[in-house]
Amino acid sequence: MITKRIIPCLDVRNGRVVKGTNFENVSDVSSPVELGKYYSRSGADELVFYDITASNDGRKLFTDILTQVAENIFIPLTVGGGINTVADFDRVLKCGADKVSVNSGAIRNPDLISQAAEKYGNQCVVLSADIKRVDGQFRIFAKGGREDTGMEAITWIKRCVANGAGEVVVNSIDTDGVRGGFDLELLKQVCDAVNVPVIASGGAGCEEDFIKLFREIPTIDAGLAASIFHFGQVKISHLKETLKENGIPVRI
Amino acid sequence: MIAIVDYGVGNLFSLVSSFKAIGVEAVITDEEAVIAAADKLILPGVGAFGDARRKLAETGMDKLVLREAQKGKPIMGICLGMQLLFEKSFEYGTHEGLGLLKGEVVTMEGTVPQTHKIPHIGWNSLIFKKDSPLFSKIKDGDYVYFVHSYYVKNCEDSLLAITEYGAELTAAVAKDNIYGCQFHPEKSGEVGLNILRGFAAL
Repeated sequence: MITKRIIPCLDVRNGRVVKGTNFENVSDVSSPVELGKYYSRSGADELVFYDITASNDGRKLFTDILTQVAENIFIPLTVGGGINTVADFDRVLKCGADKVSVNSGAIRNPDLISQAAEKYGNQCVVLSADIKRVDGQFRIFAKGGREDTGMEAITWIKRCVANGAGEVVVNSIDTDGVRGGFDLELLKQVCDAVNVPVIASGGAGCEEDFIKLFREIPTIDAGLAASIFHFGQVKISHLKETLKENGIPVRI
Repeated sequence: MIAIVDYGVGNLFSLVSSFKAIGVEAVITDEEAVIAAADKLILPGVGAFGDARRKLAETGMDKLVLREAQKGKPIMGICLGMQLLFEKSFEYGTHEGLGLLKGEVVTMEGTVPQTHKIPHIGWNSLIFKKDSPLFSKIKDGDYVYFVHSYYVKNCEDSLLAITEYGAELTAAVAKDNIYGCQFHPEKSGEVGLNILRGFAAL
C-alpha cells in the first residue's frame, strides 16, 4: 500500500543549515550532510532543502553542499529557493536533486513551470505556494510570504498543475509557526481541486497534528515540517510508529 | 565493473553515487569498448518511452545492449529503462521496445481506481511473486520509491514482484540474465542499496 510521507525541510544559508539543535550521534548540526544522514536514518521519506542565500557566493556553496548530500543520502531530494529559470533547474539537478520546487519564480514567470516540465518531466516540478487569508479569500503570497499577489490560491494552483507541476506544497502562512495544527480548511480545498500529490506545510506542533491531517484529509499525501523536527519536539521515527498505531500507512 | 548506459536521458548522478556507496565500480558510458568489457549493464531512463527509444536508436545503444544481452551479460533496466526491455509501449502512440522480455507498457488510467492519483509517486511495498538473487538482501513487504504513470502488463513470464496501488502493478521482473525494477533502487534508501548489492553480486 502506498504510504503517507513525512518530510523534514532544512533551510540552508551559505552551505550551512540555519536552525538546528543537538541530535544524538550528529557531530555537526549545521552540516546539511550530517543532518540529512540523521533524518534519513530516522525514517524521513524525502528531504527538502531550501536555499535562503542571497549572494552568488552562497549559491555556489549551496550547490557544492548539495552534491555532497546527494552522494550520501539515497532518498528523494527536493530543492527550492532562488529557482527563477530553467537554468536554475539544470544547476540543482546536476548536483543530484530529484525535484525542484518553484514559488516566486513561477509568479514572476508563469511559463517557468511548463518550460521545466517539458524538459525534465512533471514529476520533477514541484509548485510551492504560500497562502494567506485576505478578506475571506485564500491569496497567493510572493517573496517569502511578504507580498500579496492578489491572486486567488486555488485558481493559481490549478493553473500551475495544468502547466505541468507534478506536486504541490501548500504552505499556510496563517498557521505557519503557530504550532496549532495544519490548515485543514485550506488543504481540503486544494486536495479537492487537483489530482497530483499535495504536501501539507505550516502549523504542525505535535504528533497529534499529523494524525488529524491524515485522518481528516485521506487524499493528502505528505506532511512537511521544519522546526519541530529540528528542535526535537517531534522525532520522525516515533511519529511514524504513532501513525502506524493509528492505522495510517507509513514506511517503517 | 558495471556500465551505466548513457544515451542522453535522465539524471545518472544518484545511480553512480549509489554504486560508490556500496563499493562497486560503476561508470557512465556510451563507448562500445567499455560496454563490451563491463561485467554488467544498467539501462537507466526517465521521461517518455518514445523519446527514449528514439535516443537509444540514434546513439546505437539499442544494438549494443541487445548484443550484450545475447552474450548472457546481466542487464538491469530501471524505471523507464525497465519498460524499454519489453516488446512494446502504448505511451503516446505505439512504440517497439527492445523485446528482451515479453509484455507491454500501458497507462495506469482505467486500471487503478479514480481514488488513486496518477502518477504513482511515493513509497510502496514489494510483494514477492518469485525468489530472485535481486531480493537476497531484502524481504517481502520492504518499501521502495516509485514515480511512474505507465506500467508493464502481460509479463507473467518474468514477473518477480508487484506493488499494490488499487490494482496490482508490476514492480520487478527477471528472466535469465535480464532484470528490471519499475521503482528507483537508487532512491529507496538501504533497501534500494541492497537490491543493487544483489545485482552487483550476480
